[in-house]
Amino acid sequence: MTGKDEAELSRLMQAAIAGDEKAYADFLRRTAALVRGFIRRKIVQGGVDPEDVVQETLLAIHVKRHTWRQDLPVLPWVYAIARFKLIDAFRRRGRRIEIEIDEIAETFAEPEAETVSERDINRVLDGLPPAQRSVVSSVSVEGRSIGETAAKFGISETAVRVSLHRGLAAIAKRFGAKQFGRAK
Amino acid sequence: MRTDDLIKALDADARSTAMPLGSAWWAGAGAATLIAAVVFWLAIGPRTDIATAIYTARFVAKFVFTMALAVSAFALIRALSTPGASTSRLAAWMIAAPLLVVIAVVLELLSVPAADWGRRLVGSNMLICLTFIPLIGIGPLAVFLAVLRYGAPTRAVLAGSVAGLLAGGLAANFYAAHCFDDSPLFVATWYTIAIAILAALGALGARLFVRW
Repeated sequence: MTGKDEAELSRLMQAAIAGDEKAYADFLRRTAALVRGFIRRKIVQGGVDPEDVVQETLLAIHVKRHTWRQDLPVLPWVYAIARFKLIDAFRRRGRRIEIEIDEIAETFAEPEAETVSERDINRVLDGLPPAQRSVVSSVSVEGRSIGETAAKFGISETAVRVSLHRGLAAIAKRFGAKQFGRAK
Repeated sequence: MRTDDLIKALDADARSTAMPLGSAWWAGAGAATLIAAVVFWLAIGPRTDIATAIYTARFVAKFVFTMALAVSAFALIRALSTPGASTSRLAAWMIAAPLLVVIAVVLELLSVPAADWGRRLVGSNMLICLTFIPLIGIGPLAVFLAVLRYGAPTRAVLAGSVAGLLAGGLAANFYAAHCFDDSPLFVATWYTIAIAILAALGALGARLFVRW
């Protein structure tokens, strides 16, 4: 983490909140890499897949982005959410973990690794109402735009946006629950 | 789902119409004050001699205590609901209200004969105090817990207890206008217990309902 990261990410997030989707994609990709480096360094014993925590953190950042105050630096906000989600991941698995705050400065961005393991998010996704699930899958895994998704399902773009928004909020909420059922 | 795929979905949902948390806190404070005011007027209302009471130091001091508590708790809870915000200096300000009460208690003990201490401490209203401060504060507490849920507190139970202190400070601020017991000895004892009840309810409520 450097001052340059901070300035750049703050600028991107401000643009994103103002409605710039390109800036938001840049922000999320760079933030994901930083959070991944942070989480991987913190998880020394097994039991928790770092990428699951990265995804939970990104979802929390997304649904809680109104809690970032634009006059404050964005990285402490990002890392506080990542730390919270990491502790939560361990707690859900009945483990305790101590996390030091001041090691953040040594975090480096890391790329996503190929993995064969089933993601937590897929299990949660499977538990969504069908309309939300198919829209979220279409926009994410299948890589369609909002317009293409609307055409595929024969519904309006507004309906796609609403389903996507509700679906993502529901996934984040499931992650926040005390236990998210592995079966769901 | 790969993380890159997730990012595509988040990005497609970029448009945010959510109210900034800072504004939500002010809206919540407004709603909570309104609820407290309505319950206060319907349930008890101000004391009949309030026009003369406002010229006595002990009566006015009650509002200084309750305002100090409400203001410091409001500043702290806003930081506690924002990830990464520094809270230590704001937490230190929470000492202001108890400190003012302690000073007032010492002044009271110095200025009132010891024979009167017990009567002033017990007062005539302690059950009303213990009933109506929580009753006026419970609605505001629900509002503050809802705003906490909207925010992102990384220490939910702590934030919930501060929500209780905030609701308690607000409720006590109204209740003080009703109560005839103005002695700091009464305030330090019964207001504190009543507000502690709300703080405990806030911690419990946050533990049960504030997840993200």
